[in-house]
Amino acid sequence: MRITVTVDGTTYRDEVAPRQLLVHHLREAIGKTGTVVGCDTSNCGACTVHLDGQSVKSCSVLAVQADGAEITTVEGLARDGVLHPLQQAFHDNHALQCGFCTPGMIMQSIDLLADNPDPDEQAVRHGLKGNLCRCTGYQNIVRAVLDAAQRLRPDPAPTGATEATEATATPGELVGGER
Amino acid sequence: MTATIEPEVGRARPRKEDARLVTGRTRWTDNLTVPGLLHLAFLRSPVAHAKITSIDVEAARRAPGVVAVFTGRDIADAQGSLPCAWPVTADQVAPAAPSLAVDQVNFAGEAVAVVVARGKAEAHDALEAIDVDYDELPVVLDLRAAIAEDADVVHPDLGTNRSAHWVFDSAEAGTGGDVEQAIAEAEVLIERTYRQQRLIPAFMEPRSVLVDPTGEQTTVWSATQIPHILRLMLALTTGVPEHKLRVIAPDVGGGFGGKLQVTPEEVVALVVATRLGKPVKWTESRSESLLSAHHGRDQLQRLTLAARRDGTVTGLKVDLLADMGAYLRLVTPGVPILGAFMFNAIYKFPAYRFACTNVFTTKTPTDAYRGAGRPEATFAIERLMDELAAELGRDPIELREQNWIKHDEFPFTTVCGLEYDSGNYEAATARAKELFGYDELRAEQRERRDRGDSVQLGIGTSTFTEMCGLAPSRVLGSLSYGAGGWEHAAIRMLPSGKVEVVTGSSAHGQGHETAWSQIVADQLGVPFEDVEVLHGDTQSSPKGLDTYGSRSLTVGAMAVLKAGEKVIRKARRVAAHMMECAEDDLEFTGGRFTVRGTERSTGITEVALAVFAAHDLPDGVEPSLDSAATFDPDNFSFPHGTHLCAVEVDTETGFVKIRKYVCVDDVGVVVNPVIVEGQVHGGLAQGIAQALYEEAVHDESGTLTTGTFADYLLPSAVDLPHFDTDRTETPSTTNQLGVKGVGEAGTIASTPAVVNAVVDAVRHFGVDDIQMPCTPMRVWTAINGGPTDAGGPGGEAGGGLGSIDSTGGAL
Ligand code: FES
Ligand code: FES
Repeated sequence: MRITVTVDGTTYRDEVAPRQLLVHHLREAIGKTGTVVGCDTSNCGACTVHLDGQSVKSCSVLAVQADGAEITTVEGLARDGVLHPLQQAFHDNHALQCGFCTPGMIMQSIDLLADNPDPDEQAVRHGLKGNLCRCTGYQNIVRAVLDAAQRLRPDPAPTGATEATEATATPGELVGGER
Repeated sequence: MTATIEPEVGRARPRKEDARLVTGRTRWTDNLTVPGLLHLAFLRSPVAHAKITSIDVEAARRAPGVVAVFTGRDIADAQGSLPCAWPVTADQVAPAAPSLAVDQVNFAGEAVAVVVARGKAEAHDALEAIDVDYDELPVVLDLRAAIAEDADVVHPDLGTNRSAHWVFDSAEAGTGGDVEQAIAEAEVLIERTYRQQRLIPAFMEPRSVLVDPTGEQTTVWSATQIPHILRLMLALTTGVPEHKLRVIAPDVGGGFGGKLQVTPEEVVALVVATRLGKPVKWTESRSESLLSAHHGRDQLQRLTLAARRDGTVTGLKVDLLADMGAYLRLVTPGVPILGAFMFNAIYKFPAYRFACTNVFTTKTPTDAYRGAGRPEATFAIERLMDELAAELGRDPIELREQNWIKHDEFPFTTVCGLEYDSGNYEAATARAKELFGYDELRAEQRERRDRGDSVQLGIGTSTFTEMCGLAPSRVLGSLSYGAGGWEHAAIRMLPSGKVEVVTGSSAHGQGHETAWSQIVADQLGVPFEDVEVLHGDTQSSPKGLDTYGSRSLTVGAMAVLKAGEKVIRKARRVAAHMMECAEDDLEFTGGRFTVRGTERSTGITEVALAVFAAHDLPDGVEPSLDSAATFDPDNFSFPHGTHLCAVEVDTETGFVKIRKYVCVDDVGVVVNPVIVEGQVHGGLAQGIAQALYEEAVHDESGTLTTGTFADYLLPSAVDLPHFDTDRTETPSTTNQLGVKGVGEAGTIASTPAVVNAVVDAVRHFGVDDIQMPCTPMRVWTAINGGPTDAGGPGGEAGGGLGSIDSTGGAL
């Protein structure tokens, strides 16, 4: 089947097998290897991307279901060489060790803050419970998300998620994660 | 060039490796591809123990996209036997360990055939076309039953399930008294049997290997902790000459011991790629990983602690059964032995005996998992100390203090003959009690107990030490380990003033690039940003013994420091020549050689440029500052700490909630406090997971029933508490940096702290043990007087609490 998806601001038209998962399409056909696969039961969240502004586990979406969609991956977050506030917060708070879970964590955290711009610690923990990390014990991830919420607060207009969506809409400005 | 002003060592630097990782600019093995790449899929045995009577692969060979199919018999001449580098005793018995089973399978999940196809999906599809006939044999699952007289045997040609029996006895070794005498004379005896359940390392990045045989050297990319060991072992196992192999560990996700292995899949990928002359790749699925990658722990511990009524410990006897699983992998038999010297922990036992029987079963092989041997030992002794305190009606911390090595008694030679160089258990404990609010929580506990509250509070203590910095080569030799414990490093001074550091340590999330840069920046007086750390490729980093056992900083960074010393020595000679003075007149600080008592100076990077030009060097001086060093430690290092855990146990449901977790670790000098804290957090998560959530369960047919993340319960963010961490700092005296290692500390210490707390919460119901993981079912059963021992309730798949809800944890 032929599908059209816009990923991190660039539009791709490809032939895909009906059973192809979105995550494999992103990684293998489009080369977005920043998004990774950690399980086969939709439990780990490593593959989380934004599909039309909502976080989804891209291992539980078929590529054909994404036909016509706008997708943002971790590679499309930074703009003009400037990290997205959540990427920056993950770095500043040592919220990653091996970094394998990090793309999914960051994408899910953006979604979490879009839904709840002022979460407390428990709300962050609940918002991330579908994303597993084996390295960090989560404490610094939680701290990073709370920190990012702070950073995003003074400027109420663009929340993390809308910023990401804007990035998707303006491909010319994409740098950093783009290859 | 700018000299660094503030010292880098000790600074909370955000990591340089993050830039790639937070933007998805990563090089995981599974991301890599080469032209003409073929994909592998493995057919795995669904049964735990059987003769293979026939394998028919003809239909699979004809399946779409399939290039070749191999069985164990097809590659029997090339695959060799998977290596075990640690024959713990001279009379250890072990079966041949083919990567693809040839005529018998010995655990469910063992690979029996491999399909090579143009696409990954096509390779997997073709697996269904392979027809295998199995003639089932009796399974061997229970450790005690496995060593009984009439037991069914896993490997009939060995005639026994006992692989080895390893003993340390302080009376025989001359390092202490006779434990039997101590037991005979004891005023108090605490006798317990504890079970270390089987765990799965469950690293997040699945294993992956890509082999490209088309170059002059065959290149192997692998998600491994041990690129250097892997290169040697692949050469020895398959006969491909070592110099014709290049192993690269690109970005590698956390391994926790799980990637300290020479895997069947790596061997098969090499053999198949070589045979076909084409590049091949294999990446495991999560289910494949949980099923067939090595497991950890799985011991039965029979323990006897002897003491006087006044609380003084007088002897400790340890009798272990350790489950090897079906085969001996790289260091399988040595894992329980690594615990042998740690059961006595921080206490002054006068007599000690450790015996371990390594046992084969028809289960997935076990091997290193974070802590490897030391968590088991620490769990046993810290649980016993709480039991002794309960028996004597003493405060568990005060009882520990009565028996531990005092800070003014270091260096202290233990009953095992190890010399603990430094430590201050009093300081760490005092700080932990203060942060914890120990007295207040004890008061609340009494109050709730008096009130008969349905939610009871329990307080658990763990005052641990561990031996890390593996390891002095001669000690490894005395333990029959197949290699040394040194590490290698090199420093290259580039003409532009930048510095390349080559390290044999192989980082996979630890932050070596940042920490090594900090150390070198201080030592050579160059900016942090000007240091590049190269690792994980046997071509750029040709020599090393890799990363495990909390060894990277204590051994690997020490090698870096030694290489730096050589660079400075070489540069000093040239600097003296440049400034026409004697070498002794030069002072080196902040990256500059200064002629003592003058303003005259030159920077080390200027010397590097002068050496590059080589126009005017002293006679006989080579035009290079580059230096290498191989460092072999004299002793282990001994981090320690005090962990305190408060849990609330709902006595009506058995649900355990961690109310407060405080740990004060002493890991010696700290290079980067942020990285150290992160290591502690991650370690705590895994130790707590053993106490409360995780267990690899096999059913009565030997099938793993916890083979997905829906069943094997890795804790999520909601399952773990906030940790209050702090440090005391007693420098190690066994290495120049004063560092001790931190990778395993949290895991080792936390498990007994949590279980002690759970037992403490319900001890007044007559409970003195609850088997791990302490699931609501097990806790409730214990409170209500039911069985809590091995095989009791809660042993079902998904027995832990976890966060998995009816949606399976999906969004
Ligand atoms: S890979 Fe998608 S949830 Fe695990
Ligand atoms: S940082 Fe390694 S899994 Fe999260």
